[in-house]
This record gives sequence, C-alpha cells and structure tokens, in this order.
Amino acid sequence: MNDVVVSTKGLTRQFGENIAVNNLDLEIQTGQIYGFLGPNGCGKTTTMRMLTGLLTPSSGAISVLGRSMPEAAEPLKNEIGYMTQIFSYYRDLTVLENLRFAAEIYGIPVKTAKDRIDELLHTYDLTTNINQLSGSMSGGQRQKLALAATVMHRPKLLFLDEPTSAVDPETRRTFWEQLFDLVDQGATMIVSTHFMDEAERCHRLAILQHGVKKADGSPRQLMDDLQADVVEVEGPDLRKVKHALDGKPKILSTAQVGSRLRVLVDKSEPQPVDMLRGQLAAFPGLSLTPQRPNLEDVFVSATRGPEQ
Amino acid sequence: MISPRRIAAVLKKELLQLRRDRMTFAMVIMIPLIQLLLFGYAINTNLRHVPVAVVDQSGTELSRTLAQIVQATQVVTITEQLTTPQEAERAITESRVRAALIIPPDVSQRLARSPSVGLGLPNATNQTSSRPVAHWIVDGSDTMVASAIKSMRTMPLTELLKQPPNRQVPTFEVTLYFNPEQRSAVNIVPGLVGVILTMTMILFTSAAIVRERERGNMEMLINTPIRSIELMIGKIIPYIFLGLIQVAIILGLGHVLFDVPINGGLGTLLVVTLLFIVASLSLGLVISTLAQNQLQSMQMTIFVLLPSILMSGFMFPFDGMPPPVQMIAQVLPATHFMDMIRGVVLRDASLYELRWGILWMIGFAIFGLLAATLRFKKRLG
Repeated sequence: MNDVVVSTKGLTRQFGENIAVNNLDLEIQTGQIYGFLGPNGCGKTTTMRMLTGLLTPSSGAISVLGRSMPEAAEPLKNEIGYMTQIFSYYRDLTVLENLRFAAEIYGIPVKTAKDRIDELLHTYDLTTNINQLSGSMSGGQRQKLALAATVMHRPKLLFLDEPTSAVDPETRRTFWEQLFDLVDQGATMIVSTHFMDEAERCHRLAILQHGVKKADGSPRQLMDDLQADVVEVEGPDLRKVKHALDGKPKILSTAQVGSRLRVLVDKSEPQPVDMLRGQLAAFPGLSLTPQRPNLEDVFVSATRGPEQ
Repeated sequence: MISPRRIAAVLKKELLQLRRDRMTFAMVIMIPLIQLLLFGYAINTNLRHVPVAVVDQSGTELSRTLAQIVQATQVVTITEQLTTPQEAERAITESRVRAALIIPPDVSQRLARSPSVGLGLPNATNQTSSRPVAHWIVDGSDTMVASAIKSMRTMPLTELLKQPPNRQVPTFEVTLYFNPEQRSAVNIVPGLVGVILTMTMILFTSAAIVRERERGNMEMLINTPIRSIELMIGKIIPYIFLGLIQVAIILGLGHVLFDVPINGGLGTLLVVTLLFIVASLSLGLVISTLAQNQLQSMQMTIFVLLPSILMSGFMFPFDGMPPPVQMIAQVLPATHFMDMIRGVVLRDASLYELRWGILWMIGFAIFGLLAATLRFKKRLG
C-alpha cells in the first residue's frame, strides 16, 4: 500500500536570478494528503507546476506515478487532476455545461458520462444549480464545481492549489470531508495552503520557505519534534512585553493572540518559564504558563531561519 | 491521434459562449450590414460636384455662358462668385472651394482663336496667337480632384457657338467589360467582403486564445489531455459559419440594393470564401498565440487590417503599386481574395483560373494553423 507516487531529487527551478524552488527532495506515498505549507511566493505553485509537467525543472529529477516528468506529462494528464487556485472553468457556462465539457475533454465514454456527471452533481451537492452560470455562483459552490470537474476522470493523483482560500469555514470543512472520501477511494493528493487548520488535516506536510523545504513530516510529528518550548504570557502591557522580548537570545518569536502573548523559547534553554520570568522582572502582574506547541509554532520556528 | 470528440467539446463550448455574448453576435450581423450600406453609397470613385469658385474678370455674356457650360458637366458645382484671383486663392486655402476658374477680361479674343471652338483656323503654333480661354487654379493635393479638373482641360466648347459637337474622332475604341456603367459599387461590394471578413475573422480568433489566458481558463486547459491542434480547430470552426453568414449578407444585400451581379457559380464562390475565412482565422490564431493580452491582439489585428484595406487592391488599384510593395501585399490573404472574389462575382472566373490564389490561400491557412499549433505550448516554461 505504501507505494511512492511522487518523488523528487534535488528539484530546482530558477527564474532568472530568483531561485523559486531550491534542491527539493520529496517522497509522497499512495493514499496520502500531502500538504505544502508556506507563505505566498514560497514555491508551492512552482513545485506543483513542475510535478504536473507544466514547468521544466532547471535541475533535478521528478518521478510521478512511476514515470519521469516532464517527459511523460501528456500521457499522465489522464491520471492527474489539477485544481487551480483561481476558478478556471468557464464562468459563462452553466454547471452542467462545464461538467459536460470536462467529460468530453477527458474522453469519458458517452454512455457513462451522463451517469458520472449525475454522480458528481450529487456528491458535490450541485443538483440545484445545474443550470446556473458558474460565474454567478458563490465562491464555495464554484469550488465544489471545480473539484467535481477536476475529479471527472477519477485521477489517481490530485493537485489542489490553495483550494479553499476563497471559501467560508463551513464550506472548507465539507470540502475536506470530500477530499478524505476521495482518498478513501484510492486517490493521492497534494494540497498547497497557507492556512494552519487546513495544513493540520494533511497526513503529511512539507513546510516551504523561499523554495527550500524547512520541515517534513506528519503534523503531530512536527509538533512533537519542535525545537522550542511554548510559553504563554498573560497580563497587562503585552505590547511592551513583546518589545522587551523581541530579539533577545533564545527567544525565537513572540506573537500576540488575543489577550495572551505566545513566546517560543529555544529548546536549549532548560527552564524556559524561569528564564522568561527573569527577563520580564520589570513587568509585574504577568502569569506565565507552558503550552503544547501547535502547527503555527512549528511553522514560525521552521521559517524563522536566515533569509536567503 | 486527433480526437474529434475533444474538438467537438471545444466547438460546443465556443458556440455556447457566443450565444451568451449577445453583443458579439449582434456585431457579426450589424458590421457587414451597416458597413455595406455606408460604403456602398459613400465610396464613389467617379468624382462629381466638386465645389469651385468663378472669378469672372470679363463680365460678359460669353463668360457667363462659359461658366454655365462648365457647371453643366456636373464635374464641378460653382458655389462662389469672386472678383480677384487673390480671393480665389484664399478661398482654396480656407478650403471653401477646391478650385477656381479665372476667366480673363479678354476671354472673347482668346475664344475666337481657340482650337476648341473649331472655327477652322489653322492650328496656332505659338502662345501669342493661341492661348487657353480661361485658367483653373486647383488645390492639387488630392490627385483625384486634380485629375477631375484636368479632364476638363480640352473640353470642347462647340456648344458656345452652337456648332454640332461630334467633330472629335476618338483614337481608340474602348469597350468596358464587367462594369460597363462604371458604377463604383460593383467593384466595392465584393471587395467589402474581403475587408469585413479580414476584420471580423482575425479579430475573433486573435482574441480567442488570449481570452482563455486572461480569464484563467488556460491553466485548466493545459492540465487536460487536449492537444493544441484540437483546441485550434475547435476554436475556428464556429467562426467559419459566422464568416459565411457575413458573406451572404454582403453579397445578398449588395445584389438587392446596389445591383451588383453575381455572375460566378455559387460553388466557386463558396470555395473561395471558405478558403479566405480559414486563412484569416488561422492568421488570427497565430496572433492569439503571440499576444499576451486582448489589447495587444487588437493592435496586431489592426496592423494586419490596414494593409488589407489599403494595399489589397480594395481601395487603390494593385497594379499602381511599386513592385516591392506588391510583393508585400501579396503575402496578405486579402490581396488574393480581392482578386478572386471579384473574379468569381464579376468575371465568372472558374476555380482553375483562380488556381494560384487558391493555392496561396491553402498554403497560408495550413502554415498559419501549424504555426499557431506549434507556438501554443502546453507548458509554462
């Protein structure tokens, strides 16, 4: 079951002087949802485009479904689905017309196409919008339509580029349920995101920054392996507290979350709470409590390295 | 392996989009309709009623009759009476008139000696014994206006002396084929087919690929198994039909309103027009793969459109252009089409007689389609 679907070795892509993806090694296994987590411009989309054969790597090797990319790009189109960041089906076509177009383009046999479209309309809850122009639908509905069209040909490997960035939390939840259904049916997925809650749902994550993979593993594993302790500071004058801590040795980052300040302290400090208490002696009335790290802490500590 | 199903999918999608784009669809009908009406009436190469002034320095009955005879030719219309040549020059500069006829005080003496009245005097050999009767000053910047006035240089004045007019024997007999009444519309209307098709066909397809790119659809398309050639063919087929509708409108209305004959076979006409439509569409596709946005595609279309109007022989005779320009003009499908459509419609030319133009058109279309297909990459880089 644990076959490798996608693997890359030293994958690099340069645009002029700018290195968009730098020496990336990936190994993605069947039946996983693999997440690329990173800020805008970190190389998520570039990596996806290289994996689907749209971009030729400057150097490095790619193997997708056992074939080498970008050479096998065309034959693999029938096994891959790619859902773009921005809705890329036709806004001046109705839901049904768009799905028919997808079925014809992917060469779904005429006899089965109708059943497949009906099935997708039901699965993605689009039955009431059949004759609605997709341009007049809400972002969430459009996203469902895009997913339905993308999985029309039952791709084994699915790429989703920031699939829910324009969608409300409720729709995002159902959308992810549908992704897990697809995984259950045997699909493998690569999802790029900059949302922590979305990243947390992935089986495995790669944190990217400036085209470099900063961390790789399951969300739980990444949180457990975090090279930092998390301390929450509560009390008055949090902005001043933050400025007092910023830039101090062993303080990896500070971030205010509502009425609390979340401080990441380097793991090499044996007594993080005591150390902080010492540093903050000038501020009376603060309460300090150690916390379990979350994915955002992982992300912050992974991406705080030197700018490249 | 080209998949007819995928071509059909693109074709169907284009038709659906076209159906929802009412404005574009309306323009397909309105452009040929309105432009035919406008140009059919407007473009006239037989110049008539040029506004002129008369400076009558003689003020005699003779000079007034002379002015009337000039007016009676209908080439000019006398709109002003002036007293000095200086005033006439000013009137020309201010473009109130195009020319002025200056009738000198001694017009009757000059007339008596003029050979144009044919009094049978021996032909004069020097200027003192025979001088022109009167003098035209003309705004010569427009060559057509100038030559219209110049055509009156040797007009017979026999009417002035009530002499029978048929004294001149032409050197040549001229028989005018295909347009004996010399109506401009007969030449303009078939040419208009070429101009309008060039404009709409190139414009439609030049925007075709660019639009998909601008709306983000291209990213989806390149991730599907569709092949470039399937996309290209699927995109041009709907417009072939639109082109044929336009041809029918222009030639049909031209026949009804302007009495333009359709002498050739409809089959020949169909072949020639189809070829031109496909050639124009494939040129549009090439533009579409070059342009990054719709504004660029529009600019490139106009870059092709202007020479197709001015150099194709639609407005100015192809034979009058210098050979290097003729060679450039012959690259354009419109140049060949002007000759071919006039050939079919007016001269009843057969496919065999039009073979070179047909071959060029086929070659152009195939080359364009291939170039567009090769240029259109399913890769981003």
